[in-house]
Amino acid sequence: MRLPMSGLSLVPRGSPSRLWTWASPLLALLLTVTCGMLLFSLLGRSPWQAVSMFFIEPLSTRRGVAEVLLKATPLALAAVGLALAFRANVWNIGAEGQLIAGSIAAAAVALAGAGSGGWVVALAIAAAACGGMAWASITAWLRDRFNANEILVSLMLVYVAQLLLSYVVHGPMRDPAGFGFPQSPMFDRAARLPLLLDGTRLHVGFLLALAAAAAAWLLLARSVIGFQLRVAGLAPRAARYAGFSSRRVLWTVLLISGALAGIGGGAEVTGPMGQLTPSVSPGYGFAAIIVAFVGRLHPVGVVAASILMALFYIGGELSQSRLGLPSSLTGVYQGLLLLFLLGADTLIVNRVRLRATPA
Amino acid sequence: MEAAATLVAASIAAGTPMLLAAIGILAHERTGVVNLGVEGMMLTAAIVAFAVAHDSGSHVLGFAAGAVAGVLLAAVFAFFALVLHANQYAAGLAIALLGAGASAFIGLPYSGQGLPARGADGIALLRDLPVFGPILFGHHLLVYFALLLVGAVTWLLFRTRAGLVLRAVGESPESAHALGISVRGVRLAALLFGGACAGLAGAYLATVYTPLWAENMTAGRGWIALALVVFATWRPLRVLVGAYLFGGVTMLQLYLQGVGVQAPSQLMSMAPYVATIVVLALISRNPRWIRLNMPASLGKPFNPNA
Amino acid sequence: MSATPRLSLREITKRYPGVVANDGVSLEVAAGEIHAILGENGAGKSTLVKIIAGAVAADAGAIEFDGRPVVGADPAVARTLGVAMVYQHFSLFDSLTVGENIALGLDRRLGRRELAEAIRSAGERYGMQIDPTAHVHDLSMGERQRVEIVRALLAQPKLLILDEPTSVLTPQASEALFTTLRQLASEGVSVLFISHKLDEIRRLASRCTVMRAGRVVAVVDPRGESEQSLARLMIGGQPPQIAAHDTAPGQPRLAVDGLPLSEGGEPLSFEVRAGEIVGIAGISGNGQNALMALLAGERSARAESIRIDGRPIGTLGPRQRRALGLRYVPEERIGHGAVPELSLAENALLTIDRLQQRGFVQPAAAAAYAGEVVHHFDVRCPGTQARAGSLSGGNLQKYLVGREVLAEPAVLLVNQPTWGVDVGAAAAIRNSLIALRSRGCAILVVSEEIDELFELADRLMVMAGGRLSPAVAAHRLPADELGMWMAGRWPRAEQ
Repeated sequence: MRLPMSGLSLVPRGSPSRLWTWASPLLALLLTVTCGMLLFSLLGRSPWQAVSMFFIEPLSTRRGVAEVLLKATPLALAAVGLALAFRANVWNIGAEGQLIAGSIAAAAVALAGAGSGGWVVALAIAAAACGGMAWASITAWLRDRFNANEILVSLMLVYVAQLLLSYVVHGPMRDPAGFGFPQSPMFDRAARLPLLLDGTRLHVGFLLALAAAAAAWLLLARSVIGFQLRVAGLAPRAARYAGFSSRRVLWTVLLISGALAGIGGGAEVTGPMGQLTPSVSPGYGFAAIIVAFVGRLHPVGVVAASILMALFYIGGELSQSRLGLPSSLTGVYQGLLLLFLLGADTLIVNRVRLRATPA
Repeated sequence: MEAAATLVAASIAAGTPMLLAAIGILAHERTGVVNLGVEGMMLTAAIVAFAVAHDSGSHVLGFAAGAVAGVLLAAVFAFFALVLHANQYAAGLAIALLGAGASAFIGLPYSGQGLPARGADGIALLRDLPVFGPILFGHHLLVYFALLLVGAVTWLLFRTRAGLVLRAVGESPESAHALGISVRGVRLAALLFGGACAGLAGAYLATVYTPLWAENMTAGRGWIALALVVFATWRPLRVLVGAYLFGGVTMLQLYLQGVGVQAPSQLMSMAPYVATIVVLALISRNPRWIRLNMPASLGKPFNPNA
Repeated sequence: MSATPRLSLREITKRYPGVVANDGVSLEVAAGEIHAILGENGAGKSTLVKIIAGAVAADAGAIEFDGRPVVGADPAVARTLGVAMVYQHFSLFDSLTVGENIALGLDRRLGRRELAEAIRSAGERYGMQIDPTAHVHDLSMGERQRVEIVRALLAQPKLLILDEPTSVLTPQASEALFTTLRQLASEGVSVLFISHKLDEIRRLASRCTVMRAGRVVAVVDPRGESEQSLARLMIGGQPPQIAAHDTAPGQPRLAVDGLPLSEGGEPLSFEVRAGEIVGIAGISGNGQNALMALLAGERSARAESIRIDGRPIGTLGPRQRRALGLRYVPEERIGHGAVPELSLAENALLTIDRLQQRGFVQPAAAAAYAGEVVHHFDVRCPGTQARAGSLSGGNLQKYLVGREVLAEPAVLLVNQPTWGVDVGAAAAIRNSLIALRSRGCAILVVSEEIDELFELADRLMVMAGGRLSPAVAAHRLPADELGMWMAGRWPRAEQ
């Protein structure tokens, strides 16, 4: 098949290339960075800074690395769950909503347990998981019972969740001593996640993310439900032939991804933020979708990709504070990365050849 | 009575961006392609239209620029979906995210800015008629254009050979290809048309409906438009009705305030999203009915060389 | 008749990843000649005609039409030259009307009334009447083929190509088609048709090109050949022997009683006894897949309508039915019977339930099982970790049949056991079914291949229009009566 306006054509391979399955994200990253360098010079900055702001600066100090891992935590948590869902061909695009629902639930428990000490934070995280699960279960129920498309439903629920958050911080959970600002009171010490490294903001949530990734790996490789969800995504007719319950797969992946996204949200409010505000998530739930794809829907790849995405976020913030560039650059890079990844993925199933002369 | 008339007129105006976007979606979904990137396309077109209208002083130039922006993003999508045979859903999502990011990026210098005033909308004298005046004659040009577009698409789809070819491609690209029809060409044309429509929708939103720029100002209208096309079972006239109904739902707050109901504004703003979910659930209940009306090849990759 | 052939192919070659579909194929068709292409599944026939019709581009070779070279692959160009093709799997649009479908296939624009008139007169002339206003999804297979043929005829073709035209027709409808084709040939139209049905080729064609594994092995006049000689050319040797069999069947193991295929459909009833093979003949699309889905548990039914060894199982899922000894080999290997992206060992996990213990899969046990299947059923593959999709059709089918047979089922359901499978593998599969039968299994085989059913089955039934004929001993049903039954005309009184 010819590529327009070029001397190249795409020739299908006999079987997918293992090399390109893992090289494709690297190629996509390379192309994104190149675009970044171009963008930087168009904006009047040195292209080298595009690389340094995003990849070198953030990793040059102990505190910097901690910040990267901190940022990666909610991304990794949500993306591990999404990787399972996408593998089962359940397109949970509403992780952002589940994350927000989890943060509201965690905040509610943290505030309710104010002054009681002890392990309030553990309850808060559990509540966050439940909140995310509950939010995701709306999507699951509508798909199970009504056959409603989960992409649109979960997305609509994102907007609903955002409005709910806004309502909650302007109303029921607003800090009475906060001068009318839309934010909750700060949480007690007992309702905050313990830190991992002194002098940094890195908290236990990061370990939770690693544990989730390990559990997901085990699930996929060794468990029956993991096998069932893989088959459901690869060949739904074969799943039906085998007698696997598609309903069970649907609920399992949505509840797990909802819970993990919820924990991500809960970790944000009981971790670095310490309170509930309207800006709980700068689009982590959507970035997690990209992380899941870049990580090849594999728990290990997802962890690596979440660190990469964290670098994008922090690089954007650094570019803003140091160079005066808009932090919305991050959003542009995220979109470009996914787009380039899709383009590079073509190489997994096709070879590029110089155009053959017609017969 | 006056209040009701205002509500109806406002619903029509509010439904127009969804109508424009949905008609474009209908056109390309009828050929079997799903482009989830509408929201991102609308956002980018919105800021481009705003920026051009702001800098040039001409609204019309803004519309044109918005349409072009939509077409360009649709072309990018078409490259990934039709040439590289990437997964349509993932490619559409990528466009949605990229469009959102790009719009925030471009829009920074424009937040808080205003646009030069435009003349009053609608047809003079006629718009001042009681009750029906504002409903029928008081709208901006683009509202009437959207109506015309619905008529044109209906005529094209069901009364011309081009429409026949379009529907054939959507039902079975393999058979169409065997007949010598260029599946890729038809799909590309439909996608670009869809891009232009999404572009006009975004432009209308940012330059006419609420003449300002704010990040994520489309607030999910693109996604609602996608759902609308499903509700309308891919028929243009039903899309028209659905879009105006949803416009009405977004006006709920206005209506309730008019009747004296006090509720937190955020909860009332949830109305269009909850409504979309409810209608989606009701419509999807019978899977056979959906399959009967849906273009059979929707979302499935077509590669004649594989 | 001029000496220049209507169609001339020289050294046509086409490669796909992993297989050479056409290897230096040369072919000539004269004007007004009925020419057959004979070959079994995978011989390269479909690819060749797609190249002639312009749907696929050859990698090498030359095509000449009426003496003039044809360059490039373009269906539109082929149509202009006068090539019309009727595909095996029709290229019709279900949601459009007959008239709209035909209009799409014509290059010239005809008004609605003109078109209806043209359809009517062509239908009358060639015995292919159809209603231009009918929607295609309401038509039967035979009627759909008529639409395809009328569409081809309205383009006034010089070369009409048909790919396995009688695979979806009853014997009576096939005769009507032959009459039409002979009439066309007498008017100077060249007819090229693909078939693997030896008797049809001998009745219809005046020349036959025999293909095997992508190459032309012979060009003969089929009227001067016997079916055996043609078969030998097609297979390249003696057809493999099928083991003879007769034992006395035992108790009914599978009992179907009042099972409708759909809401309000006619209830079906039959039995399969231990140690017997019951065959269901019939053209695909008459309800066989629905029946298999109900029997296998992919769709649920009234509990008592299906019994295994007396136990009602209609509401049970596939897993529970497997526990009771019912196993199933579906028609489609890729995507239904096996997941192509997974290994052979992992594919064993689909239906061998003892490979799962307390929520975990046992990869070592799965690999061992897969290894046994590979060994016993001579599956050619790089190992049990090979991706199922990388195996050839015949080998994958051997694996899937073996996977179920090795689990020693009480009842085995098989849908199209040797479709798309090479002759050697087909014989191996049939022999394994016969061996299973002699171990007391009750086997139900659905097949489109009448020859295969006569080889395998002790009793035969015919499925037509969602109804099932009574079962008769296979050797008591002559082939032409079978044809009548396939059209739904079997004696109603006995049951």
